Amino acid sequence: MLALDAARSAGAQYADVRISRNRVQSISTRERRVQGLSDNETFGFGVRTLVGGAWGFAASSELTRDEVARIARQAVAQAQANRAALVRPVVLAPAPATKDGTWRGPAKIDPFDVAIEEKVALLLSANEAALKVSGSRFVNSAMFFLREEKTYANTDGTYTVQTIYRASPTLTVTAVSSDFSDFQSRQSDTAPMGRGYEHVLDAKLVENASRWAEEAVQKLSAKPVEVGRYDLVLHPTHLGLTIHESIAHPTELDRVYGYEANYAGTSFVAPPEQMLGKFRYGPDFMNIQGDRSQDGSLAACGWDDDGVQPETFLIIKNGVVNDYQTTREQANWLDWWYKQQGKPTRSHGCSYAQSWADVQFQRMPNVSLLPGEQNLKWEDLIAATDRGIAIVGDGSFSIDQQRYNAQFGGQLFYEIRGGKITGMLKDVAYQMRTPEFWNAMDMIGGKDSYWLWGAFGDAKGQPSQSNAVSHGCPPTRHRQINVINTGRRA
Amino acid sequence: MSTPRSLVIAARAMGREECEALAKRVLSFATADETRVTINSGARGNTRFAVNQISTAGDNYDATVSVRSTFGKRTGVVNTNKLDDASLKAAVQLAERLAQLSPDDPEAMPELGPQTYAASRGWSDATASLDPSARANAARLITEPARAAGLISTGYLETRAGATAVANSKGLFAYDRQTALSLTTTVRTEDGTGSGWAGATSHDFALLNPGDLATRAIDKARRSVNPVAVEPGRYTVILEATAVGNLVQFITGAMSARNADEGRSFFSKAGGGNKIGMKVVDERVTITSDPLDPETYANTFSGDGQPISKTSWIENGIVKNLSYDRYWAQKQGRASLPGPGAVRMSGGTATIDQLIESTERGILVTRFWYLRPVDPRTILYTGLTRDGTFLIERGRITRAVKNLRFNESPIFMLNNLEAMGRPVRVSASEAGGPGLAIVVPPIKVRDFNFTSLSDAV
Repeated sequence: MLALDAARSAGAQYADVRISRNRVQSISTRERRVQGLSDNETFGFGVRTLVGGAWGFAASSELTRDEVARIARQAVAQAQANRAALVRPVVLAPAPATKDGTWRGPAKIDPFDVAIEEKVALLLSANEAALKVSGSRFVNSAMFFLREEKTYANTDGTYTVQTIYRASPTLTVTAVSSDFSDFQSRQSDTAPMGRGYEHVLDAKLVENASRWAEEAVQKLSAKPVEVGRYDLVLHPTHLGLTIHESIAHPTELDRVYGYEANYAGTSFVAPPEQMLGKFRYGPDFMNIQGDRSQDGSLAACGWDDDGVQPETFLIIKNGVVNDYQTTREQANWLDWWYKQQGKPTRSHGCSYAQSWADVQFQRMPNVSLLPGEQNLKWEDLIAATDRGIAIVGDGSFSIDQQRYNAQFGGQLFYEIRGGKITGMLKDVAYQMRTPEFWNAMDMIGGKDSYWLWGAFGDAKGQPSQSNAVSHGCPPTRHRQINVINTGRRA
Repeated sequence: MSTPRSLVIAARAMGREECEALAKRVLSFATADETRVTINSGARGNTRFAVNQISTAGDNYDATVSVRSTFGKRTGVVNTNKLDDASLKAAVQLAERLAQLSPDDPEAMPELGPQTYAASRGWSDATASLDPSARANAARLITEPARAAGLISTGYLETRAGATAVANSKGLFAYDRQTALSLTTTVRTEDGTGSGWAGATSHDFALLNPGDLATRAIDKARRSVNPVAVEPGRYTVILEATAVGNLVQFITGAMSARNADEGRSFFSKAGGGNKIGMKVVDERVTITSDPLDPETYANTFSGDGQPISKTSWIENGIVKNLSYDRYWAQKQGRASLPGPGAVRMSGGTATIDQLIESTERGILVTRFWYLRPVDPRTILYTGLTRDGTFLIERGRITRAVKNLRFNESPIFMLNNLEAMGRPVRVSASEAGGPGLAIVVPPIKVRDFNFTSLSDAV
């Protein structure tokens, strides 16, 4: 409150403050040894101010009365400096105040209460199981945990306290051919989640390690793919990343208006006047949801870093663009659309900063492909495919700055012939143009095959900030997608 | 208006004496066989602009202490940014507890004793004292001409001023301070059919010229409108220095001797061992690192306190060195060698215009984007051209072309080398932050592998 008072008396029309205590533990191993064991804590606060329609932000790790007041005044002075070249002043959309809110992520077992010995033993047992597989040469495994205690207050009267958990277990096996002419790796399909230590236990690293190792060894003798067009059957462990790159990023409203043009890029889903209610992204059964509420998802929270309670909204409705991701600053930009739809103009709650030291801005919530009405499974999609490739797990990924042209690899590639998997392929990557790729989707799995993919490293902004998000999806099938062979030798 | 001086935190970074005192304080709490303390402190400032106005900015200061405690062959690490005695003591106690709970590490190496380091030179007061209003002024040197030209500028200026100290219970103490900054801009046409980029990075703000960056980005934005499609395939390309830096840094990032010896690297030799002594790229290519090179200033010690001096990684196309951590060096009977960070690549004398004039048909690339590894066996990457891609016909640029995706390895690229220009320091990080210094030439290479077209501008 001292920060808000100091900012107001220095001339801010609006201010907010975030105080965060962020604890991270990571354990990494390779084969039979612990490579790294560390426990990190960072504590600090950041003050954001709005002066005459321009933002200012300053942060410090010294939480003393003098420093808080100084940082608040510095944020105001910076906003005043930034106002000099102002063209379009910032206007915040209304948001109801939350007087005293608390939210806690759904961790059943606080990772920081679990003994280090237990964590180390679990990783080394998983490594041992992987190394028992003939041909498996190297194994790396790791656990990462975060607990963030975040207090937020703004001059509109909102005050919230939240506890956020994240957990990530991973294991990678590398097989090397006996003549050193080839090596192949298999990364586990263990998406990070907004949960506690129970997520590590549920990942069953020890039980699955030998299968991952066998798959790494199999990749050495897999058949190099023949280039051409194939029907692709995509597993949720793979598809989450494709959704992230080709749907979640281009529907960020700041990109659409050119605010990220210097790094993350702009978007082909622009301008909104020609897209909302008009642009066909995919088939009628394609519905894309934005939310920060799915149980165990990485973007889940009670309030975003604008102090807004997030809502669940449809970004793509029956295959057509229906909405964008917004903050309080941005919601007003789509005022005309919300009026047309008979909806209030309000933020969807997509404001986020990676730490106390960074300014918040628009970041994606969980962006998920909703399951189809028929309860089809992965096996059903394969059985219905005559000539295709099934892809499991995420691999190499790259997409242009407007999110049209993308290339994705994977972890495992299986040849499909006559509705059956007939063998393993390697050196596979598909290239796509986003609207064609999604309009080529002709089959979708049902609710029983829906799975929550996730990632910590969603990068955007300058300085680049990392966001953590989940993308739920069922398996899908896409017709006649261009596949290349990446196994060049010269 | 100018920002009151009293509010500016930009120049804050802990001094040598302050770090020595803090390290001593932390070590006084230690009971482990060996303890290492690493102190990082510093200020970062940034100003972003978009749509010809400043969009956001930020200033922050932080200081962190990392405690690494070892009992026998067991080690634990704790990092904290709370520097009062009670917090530091708690951090030491937790690191010691983690170490005692950790199993024996067969690869554990003892801490080094006192070392001698060259005095670092990478600090600039002009950078450290750059305040928000000075940053805003620099941004306006780009937004104003862009606005006057009827174009839309977006960009980013980041400054860093920081100090690193490493101390241990055997008496080692190392201290270094560095500044760095980068300024990048993307200028787009109002109709969205043209986009041009320019960027620069240095340790010294006085060496940056925002107006020159504006001119270059504006020129490229204007010339890149209405691009035409060319058929993907193998092309002769002229890569501006930034595009070369984007790719060459992946070679130096893959130079771990251990990965090579283990058979999981491009630098693995068929049949076993590594490629030290083998020719891997054109003989005109030499890649070195030198923390005292004015264009590649960097810390003069590694994270574990090893002194860093000038090193040749690739010399006349031949692998001279790979990086060895202390354990792997001992096991293989080699001297340890910390990995390359900031690097310089050799060059030639050609200007960009001369490279263009000598090209019958080719493509000029300003920079690359969304670079991701595809095949570590060959350091094969995929990515796209961006913000200024032009067709060269009969020795001159004839028109803008649509952006292209490539699948290519910097190793293959440097084997297909035709000519090189003068090396310059580039902003090689896609995110536009200062990062490690990369000094590379513009180059002309044949048979660069473009695999598909992009509609993105």
